[in-house]
Amino acid sequence: MNNVSYSRATNVNDAVNKVTNHAGAAYLAGGTNIVDLLKYFITSADELVDVTRIPEHHEIIENQDGGLRIGAFVTNADTAYNAIIEQRYPLLNKAILAGASPQIRNMATNGGNLLQRTRCYYFYDVSSPCNKREPGSGCSAIGGYNRIMAIMGTSEQCIAVFPSDMCIALAALDAVVNISGPAGERSLQFADFHRLPGDTPQLDNNLLHGEIITSIDLPAKGFEKNYSYLKIRDRNSYAFALVSVATGLELEGDVIKEARIALGGLAHKPWRVTAAEDYLVGKTATRENFAAAADIILDGAVPYEYNSFKIGLAKKAIIRNCIMALNPETQLPGAHPSK
Amino acid sequence: MKTNDTHTTSLRVNGKDYSLDVLPWVSLLDALREKLDLTGTKKGCDHGQCGACTVLVDGKRVLSCLTLAVTKDGSEVTTIEGIADGNELHSLQKAFIDHDAFQCGYCTPGQICSAIGLFKEGKAQTRDDVKELMSGNLCRCGANKGIINAIMEVKEGGSYE
Repeated sequence: MNNVSYSRATNVNDAVNKVTNHAGAAYLAGGTNIVDLLKYFITSADELVDVTRIPEHHEIIENQDGGLRIGAFVTNADTAYNAIIEQRYPLLNKAILAGASPQIRNMATNGGNLLQRTRCYYFYDVSSPCNKREPGSGCSAIGGYNRIMAIMGTSEQCIAVFPSDMCIALAALDAVVNISGPAGERSLQFADFHRLPGDTPQLDNNLLHGEIITSIDLPAKGFEKNYSYLKIRDRNSYAFALVSVATGLELEGDVIKEARIALGGLAHKPWRVTAAEDYLVGKTATRENFAAAADIILDGAVPYEYNSFKIGLAKKAIIRNCIMALNPETQLPGAHPSK
Repeated sequence: MKTNDTHTTSLRVNGKDYSLDVLPWVSLLDALREKLDLTGTKKGCDHGQCGACTVLVDGKRVLSCLTLAVTKDGSEVTTIEGIADGNELHSLQKAFIDHDAFQCGYCTPGQICSAIGLFKEGKAQTRDDVKELMSGNLCRCGANKGIINAIMEVKEGGSYE
């Protein structure tokens, strides 16, 4: 593991100052990803600034607009099992509980979940070229074993996927990310937080060095009546998604008033296609209409040698998940496919 | 910034207080095994994928391999060595024996600490819930059926502490 120094931040400004003033400094919260990356010598961080003892941002509080503010330092487990989230944002509860394992969810924080890095095998294999790990060295996945890689929004530099489950629900819920940094505070819409690889695959998101996530805001609308999260993976639990789908529907009888469909496992960021959601508005909630929406979402998908199966899998997953959202009780623990 | 600076870290492990001088990158797992000779907690993958290193920190099950010891200064840690009452085994230890819930036994300390955490969390109602919420602990020998049976017996008996 890297030789790193360690210090504790007493408040957000202290943390921002410590990291801003040293290019090799990184924030440490739950540590479930960065400690692993340090063990593999994948990140070059040489100073860890522990933010877990900052007294603020450990709470989930109701906002005046009817929404919710989720502290960045709350663990994934405490977020999923928060009474308000279970009741009003069950889609987020389901997505979080589909990810990782109970031990990891007890450690990992919400801010860290947004910042976790891809699990592309070549990114993790330091003997392989990887533009994300070492810009300009090449992408081993494009001509390699690319079964788990992206089919949407890829570039010639990188076809890695973003691995989070929680973030797929946050994308569907139109969350807002609140940030503090050397230049003060700012907020990013969830869709603008993560990046596509383009020519800078080393950048996963739009945070600048020294910036830290302090909280995540959820708008009031939680789709608590009609929601579903479905995760398709190589084993039934504790594995990253090949394809995952977060669906929230607002219905009036059989007619769809609003639809949200976000996908994981397909791209370098949570994937939403608003044209497909708009298509569903005013339509009846039928398999045929969900299939047509799936076709709009997957139009333009570019598969690689070993992952063309993801197109058909994603289509079926979208349809199935939208149907499950009509009757959320059909969902099983851990976002397994319904029986 | 490269460093040889150690950090004084206070831990209460299985009811006993320790003060350790640790380098920043020493995992809680290595601190327990190498500095405190508590080798019941096992190093499997050392990358958060197998659950063999599961311990309870301040009552919550976590992976000691991905926890830097220095970050837990002031915390209370429970390992497999700390769950029996003298010579009286913990009910989960007894149930694991009764249900033949292991073959090689390497994952067992992590499985049992994880199951204690599962009970404290109180989120598992059904057998399916238990299976899902124990999925962070792999058993390479395939004793999973016995493991889930053992946990279900203790769960339904209701005396897990």
